[in-house]
Amino acid sequence: MDLNFSAEELAFQNDVRAFLADKLPREFADKVRANKELDKAELERWHAILNERGWLAVTWPVEYGGTGWSPVQRHIFEEECCRANAPRIVPFGLHMLGPVLIKFGTKEQCDAILPRILDGRDWWCQGYSEPGAGSDLASLKTAAVRDGDHYVVNGQKTWTTLGQHANKIFCLVRTSKEGKPQQGISFVLVDLDTPGIEMRPIKLIEGGYEVNEVFFTDVRVPLANLVGEENMGWTIAKYLLTHERTNIAGVGFSVQALEQLKSLARQERRNGKRLMDNPLFAARLSEIEIDLEAMKITNLRMLSDAQKNGAPGPESSMLKIKGTVIRQTINDLARRALGPAAAPFPSEDLENAALAPADHMHNAAEYFNNRKISIFGGSNEIQRNILTKAALGLS
Amino acid sequence: MNFDPTDDRRMLADSISRYLADNYGWEHRLKIAYEAPFHDPQKWAEMSELGVLFALADESAGGFGGAGFDIYTVFSELGRALCPEPVLPALMAAKLLAAAGEDLTPLLSGKTRYAVAIGELSAPYDLDEIETEASGDTLSGRKSVVYGAHGADTFLVAARNGDTIGLYAVAADAARLTTYGLIDGGSAAELFLEDTPARCILSDAAAAFADAQDAGALALCAEAVGAMDTCKDTLLDYLKTRKQFGKAIGSFQVLQHRMVDLTIEIEQARSITILAASRMGTPEQSRTVSMAKNLIGRVAKQIAEESIQMHGGIAMTWEYPASHYAKRLIMIDHQLGDTDYHLQRVMAANQAA
Repeated sequence: MDLNFSAEELAFQNDVRAFLADKLPREFADKVRANKELDKAELERWHAILNERGWLAVTWPVEYGGTGWSPVQRHIFEEECCRANAPRIVPFGLHMLGPVLIKFGTKEQCDAILPRILDGRDWWCQGYSEPGAGSDLASLKTAAVRDGDHYVVNGQKTWTTLGQHANKIFCLVRTSKEGKPQQGISFVLVDLDTPGIEMRPIKLIEGGYEVNEVFFTDVRVPLANLVGEENMGWTIAKYLLTHERTNIAGVGFSVQALEQLKSLARQERRNGKRLMDNPLFAARLSEIEIDLEAMKITNLRMLSDAQKNGAPGPESSMLKIKGTVIRQTINDLARRALGPAAAPFPSEDLENAALAPADHMHNAAEYFNNRKISIFGGSNEIQRNILTKAALGLS
Repeated sequence: MNFDPTDDRRMLADSISRYLADNYGWEHRLKIAYEAPFHDPQKWAEMSELGVLFALADESAGGFGGAGFDIYTVFSELGRALCPEPVLPALMAAKLLAAAGEDLTPLLSGKTRYAVAIGELSAPYDLDEIETEASGDTLSGRKSVVYGAHGADTFLVAARNGDTIGLYAVAADAARLTTYGLIDGGSAAELFLEDTPARCILSDAAAAFADAQDAGALALCAEAVGAMDTCKDTLLDYLKTRKQFGKAIGSFQVLQHRMVDLTIEIEQARSITILAASRMGTPEQSRTVSMAKNLIGRVAKQIAEESIQMHGGIAMTWEYPASHYAKRLIMIDHQLGDTDYHLQRVMAANQAA
């Protein structure tokens, strides 16, 4: 047993730290630390900074302009980015579509699409869920019917994250009603400029806009935009679920959030004493700190397995379940730590009123917004179904 | 980064596991665990030959291990088989004797058995709060729930010696004992010291005791991880075979999801124990051991209670092994600091900053 990174990995960690210290714009880090949203231009600028260093496509092989990093290197990079409060890489083109094209797409598709993801010409979003197909994704109904050299797509997608910034969408669509529902699904690429597409924002619980509904009415999509074979979309969707689960535990986010919570608990005063000296609060904080320390090692153990076996096993579902609950618990404590000062909607006026420390104005919003993390990407209940079969052999 | 055990430790684990499976069968285990003298001298000697005790001390002390992962290896296997032999007192004694520069040969060879007496009725876990006192070459006070006392040759006792806490050796025949069996197997005793002759082997021993308590707590965590693994295997097997309403109860989602949760928590428990093992001998040792013992306390209780509940009535019976695993998992929390005690140590570290 050796829990330490190798000399090469430590050197890599130093490179990443030096890069972030040098290139991460301070105003971005300030926003991320305070849980403020970055706008489209800021996210694009961060992508461009990473791309210039060759560190944008962390899951792609070198031949396509990716980093070719090992799982451990990816982990180190993500950990350091979280520690530095770097913006999150927008995952849809880079972590999702890219690997799918490299695995299932044609050479022409890779050559045409991947460079445009890297240089930011295209912003992809995801069309998976539908109003009637959430956890039961295979029951999706958005239909793609052949008409000459096109599909005609009709239906509705939802929960499309950052769709408002996108010019392209990859979708799971129904191309057959024969056999099991999973057998009639295809993976297609759609230009959002195509006539018949309407994107409507969904206002979320905390008041923010990050997800959308997408309506398709007689949208003509060239057959050449099919990825893989017709009716093998489910295989692609499952590939994404099992292979592209970098940072699924969100350990880096939780570590950062806990550090901020500790600092808050040492600043906040109650009846003349630090909140940290309130035994009930200190106990709750310390308990979740212990859970997170264990989670860090569980994450490394599975990473080490992934490094050995090429891909993470179904155990990565464990990381998602426990990792999201830990992060939500930290968010919960960060909200409670503020007392009544957690209640106001964040605004610049209030920043001047210094109601709460500047980095913590969004604690309640962040708490509400992060209720999503145990729902999206396969809810924690679906993860338990996966583990029931794959890890326990129960049916 | 590598989470595989070394070849040596893998071999040690395999040989302990095989030995216990072949020689320490369940019926024998029950007899030893619940009947005086709570110990099988012949098996003890054989286990010593296998290296169970030598693995607990480093080379300078005459052993071949002594590191956190050696403790982890030995006690995981003992926990898996729910072995009732008093190896934990031997581990703590080995740490104390090594700190005092004493010869460990009699202990490591299995010839001499030691029990370690630290806790008292009103200071069960905290060394700083003990009241037993040394006066010249004698000790006075009462040590409570001293594990492995039955049949021990020598007691290693913590006692106040002016401003310091000293380490004293008391011969078993010099002390007055009340021994008793324990609800989860094994035995302990009340040790009454009434101007009892003692030999001081380390006059300022607070650090040595803290180190021995950390090592002991790590061992209990590893034992719990091993016991939880067996507990989970037994329960999973039961879910696959027990039929109600015409089908295996493991087909019910309400049990499936709880089983998944237990699996996740066991992996978390394993992780924190691995972390604690890796931090032994570093400045982070005590804090990390406390983190581990706290999480183990929480998870072991969950596994024990859910194992009984999900099994149903069968796990309420003495006859069914899972009941004994559940008892051990619960009672580990009563040794060397419980969930709250160790949480307070982690809190104190946070509050100090």
